Amino acid sequence: MSGLDKIKRIIVVLSGKGGVGKSTVTTQVALSLYNSGYRVGLLDVDLCGPSIPKMFGVDKNSKESVVYETPEGMTPVDVFATSSDSSRFKLMSMALLLDSENDAVIWRGPRKVAMIQRLLTGVKWGELDYLIIDTPPGTSDEHIAVMTVLKQHEHAKEFLRAILVTTPQMLSINDVRREITFCHKTSFHIIGLIENMSGYVCPHCSECTNIFAQGGGTLLAEQYSIPFLGRLPIDNRLNAILDQGITKVDNGLETISETETMKLFKNIINQILDRWE
Amino acid sequence: MTIRLNTFLHLFRRCHSTTSTPHQQAMMARGLPKRAPIEGVRHIIAVGSGKGGVGKSSVSVNLALALSRLNNQVGILDADIFGPSLPTLLNLRNHKATTTTTTNLIEPLINFNLKCMSIAFLTKSDGAIVWRGLMVMQAIEKLLRQVAWSPLDYLIIDLPPGTGDIQLSIAQLVPLSGVIMVTTPQELALIDVRKAIEMFRLVNVPILGIVENFSTYFCQKCGHEEKIFGENGAQLLSNEFHLNILESLPIDTQFRQACDQGRPIIQQSETILCSKFNNLAKQINEQMHKNKTTTT
Repeated sequence: MSGLDKIKRIIVVLSGKGGVGKSTVTTQVALSLYNSGYRVGLLDVDLCGPSIPKMFGVDKNSKESVVYETPEGMTPVDVFATSSDSSRFKLMSMALLLDSENDAVIWRGPRKVAMIQRLLTGVKWGELDYLIIDTPPGTSDEHIAVMTVLKQHEHAKEFLRAILVTTPQMLSINDVRREITFCHKTSFHIIGLIENMSGYVCPHCSECTNIFAQGGGTLLAEQYSIPFLGRLPIDNRLNAILDQGITKVDNGLETISETETMKLFKNIINQILDRWE
Repeated sequence: MTIRLNTFLHLFRRCHSTTSTPHQQAMMARGLPKRAPIEGVRHIIAVGSGKGGVGKSSVSVNLALALSRLNNQVGILDADIFGPSLPTLLNLRNHKATTTTTTNLIEPLINFNLKCMSIAFLTKSDGAIVWRGLMVMQAIEKLLRQVAWSPLDYLIIDLPPGTGDIQLSIAQLVPLSGVIMVTTPQELALIDVRKAIEMFRLVNVPILGIVENFSTYFCQKCGHEEKIFGENGAQLLSNEFHLNILESLPIDTQFRQACDQGRPIIQQSETILCSKFNNLAKQINEQMHKNKTTTT
């Protein structure tokens, strides 16, 4: 538990369905908290498909991407390091430990569990207000490992929360339902549900089309008595910045913070902070 | 003491090495499941990606149906233990499978002339399956070997995202005629698909080609085209790995509705998407016939 000792609060972002935007939402949660002045860590425990460093533009060519082994643990990457704001945003991911971004992690369960334990407890996070954890889809070894490690902390009930991400359509809702069951079975407090890819506004005629259906998120939240935190539309600008990598775009952090979706996120973060206790 | 983290990378490379000695390979092979065909099934084709949410399941279902239209007997196996989509896509939600007492095999459910099997037909509806790797492997083996699949020309396997237990188990248990890689155009999808391609090459599964989903979007009101999920992703992969692009599928709200309602698009009126799936099936059928001719 040493790496996690000085972290005040942990948010785990879950789905059950792949491709709903867990990594994107995790990034937005982390950035919103960072913009609000908090000390934030972002941990990506998706071993097979670690997307987070790519979204930040952190790759092997970045001088900040080297991870060091110290007696206190592996050093996370300081993404927005400047002379005045160093170490307020830290990132760790499997992607940072591979030789090449194309290297596949083709591991069976036990090895994955060992790696996740290392990523959770063997990182030198230092003092953080929030650690946001991005997970792969499903309810398997990775999720069991995360729950087992985090629940060992005697004050887990106070500092640990889950956010669920879904898209509005039935195919996603059915899988996220299973994730909710997983959270209930493991007594994991769900702080709320976010409905992503909820509507697309045509830049030409401004018609909003519900490409991925509508209403599924609110129905699910009602059915399981989970707070509905909000809807996020498909945002071309946000997607383009994340595809390129925030630090690879001119004034990337400011540009992404000014997208419509990030503005909506302020409300979501306020709800999370209000509902925490 | 601070050292650069090459210790982990060194260990990782050792475990992940493909340059082991013959003795090491023999020792490792002892623990591996034995690869054997499924009796009565001619071709097993997987649909995979590495990335979640790109449309593997919807492509699997409509490809299976299109192959069936070419007078093939087709089955479809939902290998996504944690997020089984097949019951929704094939209007088989809340249906359960039974075992025939004579053969002791599980009877696949039949809809739209397809033999279908999913873990959802064998477990409690909507319950979370919280299983570790070993149980997952056993479930996969059951879905492959203890189901009355025969006779089939094609068994389509809808894979989950990732490069883990399920993909490895399937590649090790049965001879795959090939895998179709589904991607969306954006770089965030490609980084995962590249890993999956590497995995399939490592386990010697032929990659039949790429299907690019969500390739573009036409506004329903004004017809304006926008590449919401980026562009050229499939082309990049095709160039990097020398693979054919089998088809490009646009975002289509009717298609999405059809998926959600369990009324496969290819069963409905003839649309552009229908002809694309028919074209995909034709290419796969031709590739399989060509392979058969070259091996006989």
